[in-house]
Amino acid sequence: MTKFVKSNEAVVMGALYAGCDLYFGYPITPASEIAHGAAKWFPMLGRTFVQAECETASVNMMFGAAGAGRLCMTATSGPGFSLMQEGISYLAGAELPAVVVNVNRAGPGLGNVYPEQSDYTPAVKGGGHGSYQTFTLAPASAQEMFDLTMKAFEMASKWRTPAVVFADGLQGQMMESVQLPDAEMPRPDFSDWAAQGEPKTRQNLVKSIYLDAAQQEEFNNHLQEKYARMEADAMGESYLADDAENLIVAFGISSRIARTTAEELRREGVKAGVFRPVTLNPFPRRQLAEVAKGRKVMTIELDAGQFADDVRLNLAKAGLGAEAASVRMVHRMGGEVVSVDDAVKSAKEMI
Amino acid sequence: MATIEQKGMYRTFPRSGKDVSFTHYCPGCGHGIINKLIAEACAELGLQDRTIFVDPVGCGVFTYYYWDAAHISAAHGRASAAATGACRARPDAVTIAYQGDGDLGAIGFNNAFQAASRGERFGCIFVNNSLYGMTGGQMAPTTLDGETTTTTPFGRDPALTGHPLHVCEVFSQLKAPVYIARVSVADTRRIMQAKQAIRKVFEIERDGRGYALLEILAPCPTNFKMSPDKAAAFCMNEMEKEFPLGVFRDETREPLAVRPVPRAASCRELFAEKDAVPAAADDPAFPERRFKFAGYGGQGILSLGLCIAEAARLERRHTLWFPSYGPEQRGGSANCSVVVSGTPIGSPTVEHPDVLVCMNRPAYERFVGDVKKGGTVVVDETVPVEVQPPEGVSLVRWPAIRMAEEFGVPKAANTMMLAALKKFKLTGLSDASLEEALVASFRKKPELGEKNRELLRRAESGARS
Repeated sequence: MTKFVKSNEAVVMGALYAGCDLYFGYPITPASEIAHGAAKWFPMLGRTFVQAECETASVNMMFGAAGAGRLCMTATSGPGFSLMQEGISYLAGAELPAVVVNVNRAGPGLGNVYPEQSDYTPAVKGGGHGSYQTFTLAPASAQEMFDLTMKAFEMASKWRTPAVVFADGLQGQMMESVQLPDAEMPRPDFSDWAAQGEPKTRQNLVKSIYLDAAQQEEFNNHLQEKYARMEADAMGESYLADDAENLIVAFGISSRIARTTAEELRREGVKAGVFRPVTLNPFPRRQLAEVAKGRKVMTIELDAGQFADDVRLNLAKAGLGAEAASVRMVHRMGGEVVSVDDAVKSAKEMI
Repeated sequence: MATIEQKGMYRTFPRSGKDVSFTHYCPGCGHGIINKLIAEACAELGLQDRTIFVDPVGCGVFTYYYWDAAHISAAHGRASAAATGACRARPDAVTIAYQGDGDLGAIGFNNAFQAASRGERFGCIFVNNSLYGMTGGQMAPTTLDGETTTTTPFGRDPALTGHPLHVCEVFSQLKAPVYIARVSVADTRRIMQAKQAIRKVFEIERDGRGYALLEILAPCPTNFKMSPDKAAAFCMNEMEKEFPLGVFRDETREPLAVRPVPRAASCRELFAEKDAVPAAADDPAFPERRFKFAGYGGQGILSLGLCIAEAARLERRHTLWFPSYGPEQRGGSANCSVVVSGTPIGSPTVEHPDVLVCMNRPAYERFVGDVKKGGTVVVDETVPVEVQPPEGVSLVRWPAIRMAEEFGVPKAANTMMLAALKKFKLTGLSDASLEEALVASFRKKPELGEKNRELLRRAESGARS
């Protein structure tokens, strides 16, 4: 059975099924429905909703709640996401699981409330200070806003890391059917490290500081080793890619435009396929390389090319230098969305 | 190494990779005394197992080496926000934030103030030594008029930097805190009073009574550039003139009861058991249809789109509904897109609708050129058709607004439009599904559902085509 829900609301449902106990957030368009849903549904399930005084507060409240061993989340959009970067660095530095949802709007500055994917770099590469990463997932439908929010909690707990659900204003607003699971995820046990105010956690310490340089380096090495192991959980998917001569690479909402574009190109006799990273960090490099080898590559994205650069980087790291050099991009910014017409035209020019 | 047993403290402190038995505080520093008082109070009240200390950035940063209890080491200025998170996550814990005057008074003031305003259940112990200690003796919001610091080398000038910030006095304007007091650790008598006040904070949090703020005036001989006895004298003579000691609030009221809200036992009960329909089934033979609905806000455009979406779901089609949103949504025009498909839907945007429904002139003129060849435009008959649809696109002018008025239900113009879509078979969906979806859209007012079904049928049979 399915329910017809706004994607932003699906995020809240996914979080609740994942066992998220606390929501901290400051309203911002186009992410506000997440706060609205959380304000209603968290208390109805005996869980906690706190409207924070700012995004800096939200992320630091998460630091306290995650430090106390509970699953927690926040949701925001560009400007709020920027404000949270220091706190996300602290979460990574203290190895705390927490989920941040960014429903990307147009920037820079105040920009507007329409969709972009321009927070790619801070959402994917760790936007705050220090050498850290987040586990970043990019949903493309209401169903995935639900599923990947659940997955974000699972990955955050597994890897003791902040996870980012990286969506955009367009999909935040759209409604689609969502299939709900039968059961909720069990609560993880963090009592071996969390400060829970219980006898068994009395001497636990949650911190991101090592005053000694050697210790801080050792901790950084530990983080980097963890991130290397995290690559095993990279996810990607292909569409019509098996016999494709031209590969469109896109994530999130752009990947759906890519699907329709590939279908249209095939109707016009061009063998096009799609590769879509579902996780942006870890990036599914091996999966991309498998389908990109020997093909011309085009990206569709709602930014200035941050994603295309990352595709080039990943192709190059996979040893596909020629494919990396072939990467072209069709993109829009400012809240405009790439049309299938433009994408088809651009793909034909590429051939 | 010989160690002295101290209540509530670890026996040795593994700072910088070495186990030592002395703190990092300078001789004569107020923090050293306060650290001891806090450790004692926590231990004497038997609260070490229950306590979560939230440590600051600043001279208090290393309290986690000293106090034998669980710690969360927060970002600079954010101890009150982190303590909010911790006490909400662990309502049975005793949560204590420890903050300095740069930390609480400057960068984190709003976090501390708002936490106090919400009446969060943690105690905030706020050390005021009139400057930034750890970073090298810069001006804090609490620096006295004329006081020399590394960023007020000629003395604090109120004409340029204002006057010292009185945290207790400001927080006393709030309703929620149950305890607000200022004490000092500059001499033995004051230390004894401070100890009682610190115990009080722990007791309030032990009993879950609410937010407590305790400001403690502390000497900083290093940055005052004074000997410990002179620094203590400065603390008593100069700082107390600006920051008088005393109890600003001490209430023994019961905490407010949380108002009850409707409750559900599980996610399943809350979400899964209501308004659910079977999942979409793939049917490649069903041609995808893309709709756009546009008009003024208040004409029921968005709900008309939702009605088509619901009908499609009832027929197990893949369905997507997408509104224009943001400022545009609040002013005049509203539009939404609906995609109905036999296979999973790719692009959510409707660039070339198969069916365009327009309730006003601006919407018509904006979108009519986009309609796909072979598609249909349904436009209210009040809209002047000066712009012709592209070749191969059918035009239906329909008296939706007039009929709704004639039927005495002007708000039902969208139902009248649905009648056109149904009558001219523009949706690819069955009449039964469209009617069921229409009735379902009035779920909260069932009598209106049946009324609209009747209006729908009348509009279909009575109207000109």
